[in-house]
Amino acid sequence: MGHEPIRSLELRGITKRFPGILACDHIDLSVGEHSVRALVGENGAGKTTLMNILMGLYQPDEGRILINGRDVRFRSPNDAFDHGIGMVHQHFMLVQNMTVAENVALGMKSSHRSFRLDIAAVRKRILEVSERHELPVNPDALVWQLSVGEQQRVELVKTLCLGARFLILDEPTSALTPQETDELISLLQKMSSELSIVFISHKLHEVKALSDTVSILRRGKIVFEGRTENHSPADLAALMTGHEVELPRVDSGSAARGGAPGLLSIRELRVKGDRGNLALDGVSLEIAPGEIVGLAGVSGNGQRELAEALNGLRPVESGSIRLDGAELAGGSAGDVIREGMGYIPEDRNTEGIVPSFSVKENLVLKDIGGKEWSAGGFLRLGAIADNAKALRERFDIRCPSTDTAAGSLSGGNIQKVILARELARGPKALVAVYPTRGLDMGAEEFIHKQLLARRSEGVAILLISEELEEIMNLSDRIAVIYKGAILKVVPGKDATKRSLGLLMAGVADE
Amino acid sequence: MNRTGKLAYNAAVVIAAAAAAMGIGAIVLAAVGADIFKAYAVILTEPLKDMIGLTEIVVRAVPLSLIAMGIAIAFRSGILNIGAEGQMLMGILASSATAIACASLPKPVLIPLAILAGAAGGAAWGGIAGALKARLGVNEILSTVMLNYIAAQFYTFLLRGPLMDPEELLTGSGTPQTVRMPRSAWLDRLLPGTRLHSGVFIALGLAVVVFLLLWRTSTGFRMRAAGAEAKAARYAGVKVQRYLVLAMLLSGAFAGMAGAVEILGVHRRAIEGVSGGYGFTGIVVALFGGLHPAGIIPASLFFGLLLLGADMTQRLADVPANMVLVLQGAIILAIVSARQFMSNPYVQDKVARACAKMFRRPPPPAPPGSIEACPDPSDSVDPCLVGEDSAVGDSSAVGDNPAAGEGSVKKRGTR
Repeated sequence: MGHEPIRSLELRGITKRFPGILACDHIDLSVGEHSVRALVGENGAGKTTLMNILMGLYQPDEGRILINGRDVRFRSPNDAFDHGIGMVHQHFMLVQNMTVAENVALGMKSSHRSFRLDIAAVRKRILEVSERHELPVNPDALVWQLSVGEQQRVELVKTLCLGARFLILDEPTSALTPQETDELISLLQKMSSELSIVFISHKLHEVKALSDTVSILRRGKIVFEGRTENHSPADLAALMTGHEVELPRVDSGSAARGGAPGLLSIRELRVKGDRGNLALDGVSLEIAPGEIVGLAGVSGNGQRELAEALNGLRPVESGSIRLDGAELAGGSAGDVIREGMGYIPEDRNTEGIVPSFSVKENLVLKDIGGKEWSAGGFLRLGAIADNAKALRERFDIRCPSTDTAAGSLSGGNIQKVILARELARGPKALVAVYPTRGLDMGAEEFIHKQLLARRSEGVAILLISEELEEIMNLSDRIAVIYKGAILKVVPGKDATKRSLGLLMAGVADE
Repeated sequence: MNRTGKLAYNAAVVIAAAAAAMGIGAIVLAAVGADIFKAYAVILTEPLKDMIGLTEIVVRAVPLSLIAMGIAIAFRSGILNIGAEGQMLMGILASSATAIACASLPKPVLIPLAILAGAAGGAAWGGIAGALKARLGVNEILSTVMLNYIAAQFYTFLLRGPLMDPEELLTGSGTPQTVRMPRSAWLDRLLPGTRLHSGVFIALGLAVVVFLLLWRTSTGFRMRAAGAEAKAARYAGVKVQRYLVLAMLLSGAFAGMAGAVEILGVHRRAIEGVSGGYGFTGIVVALFGGLHPAGIIPASLFFGLLLLGADMTQRLADVPANMVLVLQGAIILAIVSARQFMSNPYVQDKVARACAKMFRRPPPPAPPGSIEACPDPSDSVDPCLVGEDSAVGDSSAVGDNPAAGEGSVKKRGTR
């Protein structure tokens, strides 16, 4: 700290290579004082890599960074901090079982005396910063007790306490409710009078609301730079993907399925969470064949536990889960799979695939013991390879070969591998958890189309998502989950973002 | 990197690790004041000079390869079995007790029976650690190491007590050992004047079995899936705990068979010090052999050579045989660190580029890398998309040109 303020920051010709990938290709970017620059682009466009270079986490292969016209070199994030650059990462970098003040103290070298920590000074600094920027934060709260939105504020306060005058925010709204997002945006608008902000996002309405100028990255190159006000979100989306994007929508006008008996029927389900608390308290939900029911809610309200219980991965305390008449509660994961349940799990890299296994092995992961893929205990390698070839084509899985390790593919292609496996099994019902989280619009479009196609084939689909747009586009009915119970079920066509947002916050009556 | 390139790369890693280990060993040799070159010359060449030397290498390689294959099964299934030493001892006890008790059975029955008894003894000991891990989540490294101590004491107790040769007590020197095995339990010697025995065929046959089990059966598929990513395996309906126990049973069974074969083929009675650290060396052999039978067989021969050579250095180069233990430790460190470093796709890519430059060939396509080496899997460019032409964007776009995608390919091509 104690450095001169950043009046201008410039990146010139930044190039960074990863194995087989040119992540950043001669990128030029300059950001002035008191401005908000949005950096948008699809996954893998190089946004995060570029910002990690700016933070000193990566060294560029070529190119220079200039602050106020002078060359600087960041060997580590500490160098970047010293120049007043701070970053709030997409995944919060907070120690969960420490207090807010302790978390801030971790990075505040000035509070480290020789044999003790000057926590009083840290607390004073936190209160100073939070007052100045109107960021209410309790320095003595334990981080794990805070909501996601509060943790986001702690991250901001932490970065500001370290003296950042130049903020990089990597997809700051990805875990927030609509209301929290609005709050954050108005907060950042106020802060921009004192700070410079680079804001990474692929939510274009946020970009519109917040930024002065926007840079669009595509495949490691800046393809567009301009003032935000002159362009509509649709323009920006087209620039981002290189083609017009129109996400498909469900047409649930004709069929009225309200009272029909469910193909997947959940009654009075009670399930315990990891801490022994009751994570689901009497959840009932009917999903008819050919129906998509969206489950909206802020994450951590029981979605994960519901998905796990439905798939035999979490013991059921009481209640019943019936799929086409067969009772699933109490069954093992294998039993549920055999009954014809499809599952797109939340964490695709550790739950959906075995990363070190090849694409073709991952495509038969669930049915390896079945007659189709093994005979007398021995694998039918030919059939497995043919299956992979067919599915690769049908689902447009882009991989060098089906022998490639699935973990080395991009997120979108990993998701396609999972989707291909689950759908090729011909499931009766499908539980899709955050199926497009972190994916770009092209992949999102593909996955949405696949889900709608399964819907018209009569599959009962439970779509769990935090993206209201996704839920509203695809769902026949929308159930809102709050603190382990279904607060309300509304028809998809009647739902608005505002009404869902209130329900997600626990307000049942307007 | 293509398949041959990858194989060559892995071989280079192993050789580099061996060289590094030799380097560390040289420092230690210099410190004890030995003649470094002479010592290495003796270790690496002396055993190869006559038939007895050659066969003795194989005699040592047999138990090493059996143990290493068991360890490979466990490691591939995600459980680190450090307990082969104890499992081998339990296998020896079970095998020799069975052979002595059933001495009257004919040879074709008694030998398989004695070996299976060894397998059962080892499996039981390994299964304890497996069940503890599956049921109670006890760390298998701790439990297997502790079970080694128990097995060692139990072995000594039996050999000095209930199983001790009564002759030794009456007339002999009191050497702690069992009575001689009945002849019908002996594995045949293959070459007169040497100790080479038919256990070598058992080891080779089981190597094929291990390969088939792990890579050609649905059971092996599930075991490997559970080892590679237990969570994904569980989500795919695999009963991970069950395969964990199975892996430990098999791993222990292989160590037990190694003990049985060693007793029936070489010593013909259970004696003290028979395991000779094979259980630990077997771990190195398994790692050195890439946890694959095709690598374990040559690796076991190499370590057989090292063990034998080290015995000879004591005589010929005046270097303590324990030096080999130092070498072994150095090799483990070198291999583990080399693997960590070299499996990084970023490093692989650099090597591939350098090789391509050297041979003036276009660089190979991106190697499949592990996800942890990638900066952020959710935010890295799809390697398959790099080669594609991108559609042209808005005409007002800055810095865009029709060949945006192609351009990046060309740049890679010239590098």
